[in-house]
Amino acid sequence: MTTRVEIGRPMAPATPALEHARSASRWRWLVTLLRLARRKPLGAVGGVIVAAMLVMAAFAERIAPYGYDDAIRGARMKPPGAAHWLGTDNLSRDMWSRIVYGARVSITVGFLTVALALVVASAIGVSSAYFGGAWDLIVQRVVDAWLSFPYLIIILSVMAVLGPGLGNVILSLALLLSATNSRVIRGATLGAMQQTYVEAARAIGCGHLRIIVRHLLPNVAATIIILATIGLGAVILAESALSFLGFGVPPPHPSWGGMLSGSGRTYMFRAPWMAIWPGVAISLAVFGFNMLGDALRDVLDPRLRGS
Amino acid sequence: MLKRYVVKRLLIAIPSLLIASLIVFTLPRLIPGDAVQLMLSEKAYAKDIAELRAKLGLDRPMYVQYVDWLGHVVRGDLGESLWTRRPVLEEISQRLPITLTLAGFALTFALAIALPVGVISATRQDSLADFFARSTAILGLSVPNFWLATLLIVMPAIWWGWRPVGDFVEFSASPLGYLRQLLLPAVILGIAASAALMRLTRGMLLEVLRQDYVRTAWAKGLAEGVIVLKHGLRNAIIPVVTLLGTQLPQIIGGTVVIETVFGLPGMSRFLFDAINQRDYPVIQGVNLLVVSTVVMVNLGVDALYAVLDPRIRY
Repeated sequence: MTTRVEIGRPMAPATPALEHARSASRWRWLVTLLRLARRKPLGAVGGVIVAAMLVMAAFAERIAPYGYDDAIRGARMKPPGAAHWLGTDNLSRDMWSRIVYGARVSITVGFLTVALALVVASAIGVSSAYFGGAWDLIVQRVVDAWLSFPYLIIILSVMAVLGPGLGNVILSLALLLSATNSRVIRGATLGAMQQTYVEAARAIGCGHLRIIVRHLLPNVAATIIILATIGLGAVILAESALSFLGFGVPPPHPSWGGMLSGSGRTYMFRAPWMAIWPGVAISLAVFGFNMLGDALRDVLDPRLRGS
Repeated sequence: MLKRYVVKRLLIAIPSLLIASLIVFTLPRLIPGDAVQLMLSEKAYAKDIAELRAKLGLDRPMYVQYVDWLGHVVRGDLGESLWTRRPVLEEISQRLPITLTLAGFALTFALAIALPVGVISATRQDSLADFFARSTAILGLSVPNFWLATLLIVMPAIWWGWRPVGDFVEFSASPLGYLRQLLLPAVILGIAASAALMRLTRGMLLEVLRQDYVRTAWAKGLAEGVIVLKHGLRNAIIPVVTLLGTQLPQIIGGTVVIETVFGLPGMSRFLFDAINQRDYPVIQGVNLLVVSTVVMVNLGVDALYAVLDPRIRY
């Protein structure tokens, strides 16, 4: 007995011209995307790789023919072939399935690390630039000290403290990335603070929080997006190095870096595919994020080009 | 003027170094399970543990240990390794040359590739060579160095039965053999830095080549080489030198992986083992040395600006 009432729909008569305009606006985003892809072909390639990786991570159960820790009877260290695209490892596990599940580890670590790092970096960077003075001086000296450590050495030390595990990898990588990124965000904020709209906001009596949230943050958003994309590639690379050294995601979880260490190295002469495919996966993923980041930077902030 | 600037920068560097020393000191102590437990393993009684702790000075409050340690460090004493019982400084100085040679080679290689390719890429913007160089650079930033190293060990072995990794050759035994075994690891280590430097060189040079004085130079009829190198590169080089300074910690961090893969007994592998064995004095010593080096190099880089660009005055 209910009648459906559509709210907010324009009740215009469907003339052919209007219909045409509607369908055009529906596909406009696609046109914009294609135009962007033509202007930045390398960025488009990166975007496709990143999209493929996201699909692999999200639907690993559907895509992978086997579980990541399933031992397949009678298929120990089989070379790549029709049954197992990328071969099997020393524990008779399907390499392709492990690579697919590995995307989930890389994506999880990548996105959570970058998200955490950017929140911390924005808080440090924006407040350091905005309040200046003693706060800026102290914070920047700590960042200085932090940045003087070779990244792998500091992460190894932190991981030794925290112990291996997915959460700790994310925490230690985020700690490092936030220091680096806070510098860039501080610089961008200092630039934004010179603008007259900040002065105007202050003149009409806006509080610190309002100026920071409504005026400064939106204006450094482009910088933050670029840092995020480039950071994703760097984090995936760093995670793989950590797992390779045995300080990362513990087995049997299929981390690409971990697959290259241990048995990957022990059997590399007898089953080279065990040492090849995970590396290809890491390289492709990082390549994709780097390409996409480069293109985004050119489009969003031409001033940063080449840095 | 320069002297005053260097002194000022040194004064700013001191608090950073102090904070770094505090991080260096506390981090290894937060590692769960201490060296004493590891050293005595299963057959330890509570009394033995307490005794050994007292002997090593690990039973005192943390801040006392820190001040004591810092006092010794200032006098050039980094303590002795809990495991080998030999002075840390001695242990490090034995292994440091390997890591330094590796890093030096890697930086040299990175610059030798980055500068010419960056210049060609910028002067022939959007040409096939430029496209190729840029894609290769991004690829160079994407490929994990430990994987590349693994491939370069595995592939020649499978195809030609040739193994690059043999026993380590000491410098005293054969200087040439010593340097040759470090060459391949150094090249792999330098690839990422090279790619980053090339991209920056290209970007900065492109910006400089659009300046008015470059157009004037063309109008005067100067040769292309003179314009690109003397008017262009000379003015584009400062950010590149800055990046070179920030690449140093990256390269030293990379030696941890490279020394492990190639089985080189350098300082970074020593540190890696020390972390696994909770050898505090060694972890502290190596970290402190590395951090101080990086801070000093960055100071040197800053001072170098004035030499590279006479317009900069301090």
